[in-house]
Amino acid sequence: MSPEARQAPRRSARAILYDPRLRAIAYQFIVVVLVGWAAWHVIHNVQANLEAQRIATGFGFLNQTAGFAVNQSLIPYQESDTYGRVFVVGLLNTLLVAVIGIVLSTILGFIIGVARLSSNYVVARLAEGYVEIVRNLPLLFQILFWYLAVLGALPGVRNSVAIGVQPSLAWLADKVALFGGGALTLAEYIRSASAWFGPPDFFVNNRGLIVPEPVFHEGGMIVLAVLAFGIVAAIVMRGWARRRLDATGRAFPVGLASVALVIGLPLLALAAMGFPVGFTRPELRGFNFVGGVRLNPELVALVVALTTYTASFIAEVVRAGILAVSRGQSEAAAALGLKRGVALRLIVIPQALRVIVPPLTNQYLNLTKNSTLGAAIGYPDLFSVFAGSALNITGQAIEIIAITMAVYLFISLVTSMLMTWYNARIMLRER
Amino acid sequence: MTRVVTVVGIVLAMTLGSASAQTLKTVKDRGVLNCGVSQGLPGFSSPDDKGVWSGLDVDLCRAMAAAIFDDATKVKYVPLTANARFTALQSGEIDVLSRNTTWTLSRDTNLGLNFPAINYYDGQGFMVRTSLKVNSALELNGASICTQSGTTTEANLADYFRANNMKYELVKFETADEAIKAYDTGRCDGFTSDVSQLYALRLKLSNVNDHVVLPEIISKEPLAPAVRQGDDQWFDVVKWTFFATINAEEMGLTSRNIDEASKSTNPEIKRLVGTEGNFGEQLGLTKDWVVRIVKQVGNYGESFERNVGTGSRLGIARGLNRLWTKGGIQYAPPIR
Repeated sequence: MSPEARQAPRRSARAILYDPRLRAIAYQFIVVVLVGWAAWHVIHNVQANLEAQRIATGFGFLNQTAGFAVNQSLIPYQESDTYGRVFVVGLLNTLLVAVIGIVLSTILGFIIGVARLSSNYVVARLAEGYVEIVRNLPLLFQILFWYLAVLGALPGVRNSVAIGVQPSLAWLADKVALFGGGALTLAEYIRSASAWFGPPDFFVNNRGLIVPEPVFHEGGMIVLAVLAFGIVAAIVMRGWARRRLDATGRAFPVGLASVALVIGLPLLALAAMGFPVGFTRPELRGFNFVGGVRLNPELVALVVALTTYTASFIAEVVRAGILAVSRGQSEAAAALGLKRGVALRLIVIPQALRVIVPPLTNQYLNLTKNSTLGAAIGYPDLFSVFAGSALNITGQAIEIIAITMAVYLFISLVTSMLMTWYNARIMLRER
Repeated sequence: MTRVVTVVGIVLAMTLGSASAQTLKTVKDRGVLNCGVSQGLPGFSSPDDKGVWSGLDVDLCRAMAAAIFDDATKVKYVPLTANARFTALQSGEIDVLSRNTTWTLSRDTNLGLNFPAINYYDGQGFMVRTSLKVNSALELNGASICTQSGTTTEANLADYFRANNMKYELVKFETADEAIKAYDTGRCDGFTSDVSQLYALRLKLSNVNDHVVLPEIISKEPLAPAVRQGDDQWFDVVKWTFFATINAEEMGLTSRNIDEASKSTNPEIKRLVGTEGNFGEQLGLTKDWVVRIVKQVGNYGESFERNVGTGSRLGIARGLNRLWTKGGIQYAPPIR
């Protein structure tokens, strides 16, 4: 073909009109313009109408003083702080529940999912019963159950249960004394031994678990830094050990070395710095315990309910994943002489994960969003303190709900992204 | 979740054009009054086992329905949480909010609302267990306090404890029911709310006599109905419906003697019952609007005694809510 013939002929206007490619572009352009116009119209109209009804608008309120208290905060907070800070406090509380819930529900879900496939009849039926009961009851009901019926039934502050060496020994002595005779001398002996220990430091009541608060003196920060270093070093070492195993086939005692790095190293640092850590003892003064740290019952009830509920779904996801791995794989592993546990860990689970991870992401997203139900039991999450108290006091519903929705969307997208990345990493590499 | 729904509602309402400025006409055309109430606060707004609503706040809506339709039952009650109430009004889901709501400056200005009148003068107080042997709110240093979120209560509490240099733990719940339940299990030492609510919610506790309301009143809580800004006629209807019940009590008109009142020669009573002048028509109602209200709902005093007064289960003394002629501060401008 000559170059002249390859050149496109001069097209008539009619041909351009009927060119499918140009048409497609034109249609898409029109749609974009329409959507853009509609969005502009909505925003403009909402603004004009809010102004006409004299409802306050804008994000200036974030710098105003909030003036209300929040009873659980991961960062310092007081009533004179701003709504912006309330937002951060609520967000951190939401993330706290989500992260703890995701970790615990994954562990519990895997255990139960594997247990459902156990060849042991009792274990399998127990796991099945768990799944069928827990996943079929409404979550809000379960949260209220844990909060009001279980944690609410704990003794009041004045009758707190003390946990520690001294009260345990005293309890033991009382039991021994019941036998009478020679046991009385033994009880006396135990009782005097219990006096060696200090007063109890752990308390449980219907307002939570109270534990001593660590106070770092000079040099305490160095110990924390050493701990962080130990953790990082352990992770690096694990990667190195795996590469060495792949390259040379020689194994390395990873577990023992990790313990030495994460626990041993900081302990050494502690000793070297002359134990720069003290503890404040919780003490019942007036209405509540003073000193120490308290784990609120709202947090515990919410985490327990979310974990057990989500775990029942994860268990089914895990079971489906394992069943999706062909039976020949475990038979082949058995033929090679691998024990059942090893075969599960090295052959079945890695292949099952491909099936498990995508629906697992859904469960993680659900858990995060379900955490808003904590408002019913007074857990101060983002939904409760920001989209609740702050919204009501400022009255700026549109702004606050928009921010809150954006945050949940963002958390969900990040979770999704991480899971997609993990999924890509564990995919079968076909060679 | 209702909150999100109402916000979607408000965005839609704002998008599709301004909410109707002629609420009275809309209500008349619709044939029923949409009235925002609480989710169940005995004495103010709560449904009985047949779903019939009663209470002081409910009586205001019934009085409006009586004045508009000559039928106090033509009201649709919309139960709202404290958090959802204002958006429900702004979005036009309800015509009037009659839900023990405190009138404050920021609500009056920022929220695009107007408060026509104060139908109950209240204040915030504390309830504690008698076993704690606490006699004053000033002894509550270090206590855990339960409350409902989304009310003026939280901020008042913070102010009071800061002003008196005391520490406290605030545990707040989405609804009053959840908050009172948590208090009942012992999660908190004290419960705080408007005093009238304390008396009402105390009835829901497992043992009423184990709890006592402390004497301190730590804030002013003028409870008022609310309407949207920008509709003065509707604002007037709500305002004068309430004033009519006060004026009726002042004139001694009750649901029992209202029929004889039309024969009265007293000019003040004649103006009230509509045998002289056309005051009801000036509001966009009928001449006999006050007769309708008093006959079907009663005057303010009757409503008070029936719902929250010493004769009711709540047993609250009339106190500040007595008429100005009896030493209280309930006072209505004259109808003339």
